[in-house]
Amino acid sequence: MTGDARPTAAAETAGPGGRWARGLGWLSAGLGLPLVAVPGHTLRLLGLDDSAAARALARFVGVRELSQAVGLVRGRHPAGWMWSRAIGDALDLAAIGYLGGRAERRSPAAVALALGLTATDLLAAVRVTRAARTHGRIIRAGASVTVNRSTTDAYRFWHDFENLPRFMAHLRSVRIIRPGVTRWTANAPAGRRMEWDAEVVADRPDRVIAWRSLPGARVPNSGSVRFTPAPGGRGTEVRVELTYAPPGGRLGRAVARLFGEEPAQQIRDDLRRFKQVLETGEVVRSDGSPSGVSVHRQALQRPARPRVSTLAGER
Amino acid sequence: MKAVCWMGRNDVRVTDVPDPTILNGRDAIVRVTSTAICGSDLHLYDGYVPFMRKGDVLGHEFMGEVVEVGPDLRNLRVGDRVVVPFPIACGNCGACRSGLYSVCENSNPNPGPVEKLMGHSPAGIFGYSHLLGGYAGGQAEYVRVPFADIGPIRVDDSFPDDRVLFLSDILPTGYMAAQMCELRPGDVVAVWGAGPVGLFAMVSAYLLGAERVIAIDRVPYRLRLAASYAGAETLDYEQVDVLDALRDLTAGRGPDACIDAAGMEAHHPSAVRYAYDRSKHAARLETDRPYALREAILACRNGGVVSVVGVYSGFIDKFPMGAVMNRSVTIRSGQCHVQRYLRPLLDRIRRGEIDPSFVISHRLPLREAPRGYEIFKHKQDECTKVVMTP
Repeated sequence: MTGDARPTAAAETAGPGGRWARGLGWLSAGLGLPLVAVPGHTLRLLGLDDSAAARALARFVGVRELSQAVGLVRGRHPAGWMWSRAIGDALDLAAIGYLGGRAERRSPAAVALALGLTATDLLAAVRVTRAARTHGRIIRAGASVTVNRSTTDAYRFWHDFENLPRFMAHLRSVRIIRPGVTRWTANAPAGRRMEWDAEVVADRPDRVIAWRSLPGARVPNSGSVRFTPAPGGRGTEVRVELTYAPPGGRLGRAVARLFGEEPAQQIRDDLRRFKQVLETGEVVRSDGSPSGVSVHRQALQRPARPRVSTLAGER
Repeated sequence: MKAVCWMGRNDVRVTDVPDPTILNGRDAIVRVTSTAICGSDLHLYDGYVPFMRKGDVLGHEFMGEVVEVGPDLRNLRVGDRVVVPFPIACGNCGACRSGLYSVCENSNPNPGPVEKLMGHSPAGIFGYSHLLGGYAGGQAEYVRVPFADIGPIRVDDSFPDDRVLFLSDILPTGYMAAQMCELRPGDVVAVWGAGPVGLFAMVSAYLLGAERVIAIDRVPYRLRLAASYAGAETLDYEQVDVLDALRDLTAGRGPDACIDAAGMEAHHPSAVRYAYDRSKHAARLETDRPYALREAILACRNGGVVSVVGVYSGFIDKFPMGAVMNRSVTIRSGQCHVQRYLRPLLDRIRRGEIDPSFVISHRLPLREAPRGYEIFKHKQDECTKVVMTP
């Protein structure tokens, strides 16, 4: 019921790379059709040799363009089709060089067209590949901790979602906006904020709480926390699972960087702070990490010497 | 305020740093009246503990007067005179509730790196690297003490600092070393290292019922202290073969318990074997040089206990596990759970059973800390323990 945390809003099918792919697909169709239908005319229009061998080659190129057009417009695996286009461009350049072997028949128009297409295709292929790398990647991570408090205490503290920012490092605030629905504000990269609403999807007192973002969240996410009594009166075992579905593009890459490198370590750190708050009343601070510790700062601490006091006249 | 700062390998300086402030509700700020250099500070000084940062304030053996308390601190008041244990412990987690204060689950706010190195994190320690919490230490005029309702013990003015200061670390550490041996009447205890912790382990072993105590070291004045103050028989490992000598002294049985109070920077009389581990240690292929530990295991009688309180930081090699397994040797170890021992040891001091001040060889003002580290490290001027006053 709660363990299968799934992203809720379906990501856009082709992502931001989709526009590029479809555009280039129609371009392929525009090039392929005349090459197949009227190869001689097309070759002469481009200022190339229209010998029988050249017409056969032109037809072959046309067929290739048309098949790429179908692949690109359908929008499945756009990155692969884009790269096939880039490779085709390289072959075309070689063919133009062969057909224009004699200096008087070399066609500046054909060369310019082929070079322009190659550049466009390479750019598009790189962009779509990069987008595909983050797009559709679902980040799933979990961690657990044993807290020396009863399941009731642990459940109650978590159940008040407004407590979450006290131990979840990336959260700025969680506010209850109506029963069962909360508004989360998180620190996004470059000092920005990200906001989304979430609903509780499962709630069994002292046992489990599960939530998921409502449609409209830029990074669809869901989470669950389970509380089970630890054996022999050792307190409560707390197990958290989180799932993020980052979109493609720059935001997706930023989110992936934020959560993706060591997501389990980040949740473990959050849970350790949860334990500190429940067992000792607050997050424990040291001179080396006076404002608590996030996974990104673990290697970059200040020296363990007291901070300069901000209060004038203090001892 | 003035504080002793680690500036790099073999480089400590007394510099001006900001005064500490209350960061958590159960904090206290203590004005330090006495602070000591610990043998384990030398591991930091020698650069063998990773995750030190330039400017870290050192020191985990200190006592003083409470000058400020956090809003949630109930048991201490401004003006109280306290000795502060070196492990920082919350008192509420499973480990603390079991009396295992030096593995408190909450006092290392940055456990990630040490978990990678050691599997789980031990407690935070004052002035002992960012692996163990990044807390500023007590070789300073003032120090922030977290969880001041769990660690510090109040002492009245009838005790001079010298008699109670070592409750912070070395006295309970030596005592725990002996206690882990689970001594029975007639037991022979061998102690590697006649530094302050080793000396307290010897004294404690007698207090806990040992029949004979044998001290192993190579520094003549320390062996003299072991004989005169602790009543130990002594072996200079540069003069005799320790394994042969121990076999001889125990008519072939081996000591019933062996205490390693030397730790990761031990020496070895064979130049070749010392050079082997010394060079690996210097190249960081091995984090510790375990001669004392290897020898303690081989010397220990079948079914005996090896108690390890010397500090190790990482990985060792040529570990005689075959001896441990086949001969039913028990290894016990741990950073001292100081909080457990404060009250019973203060009672023993009050009754005159122990006067820990005998280990003090040097008293220096805090500003002379760099000289204190040098003479302690090189065992110059018969240095056994340096106590500094801010």
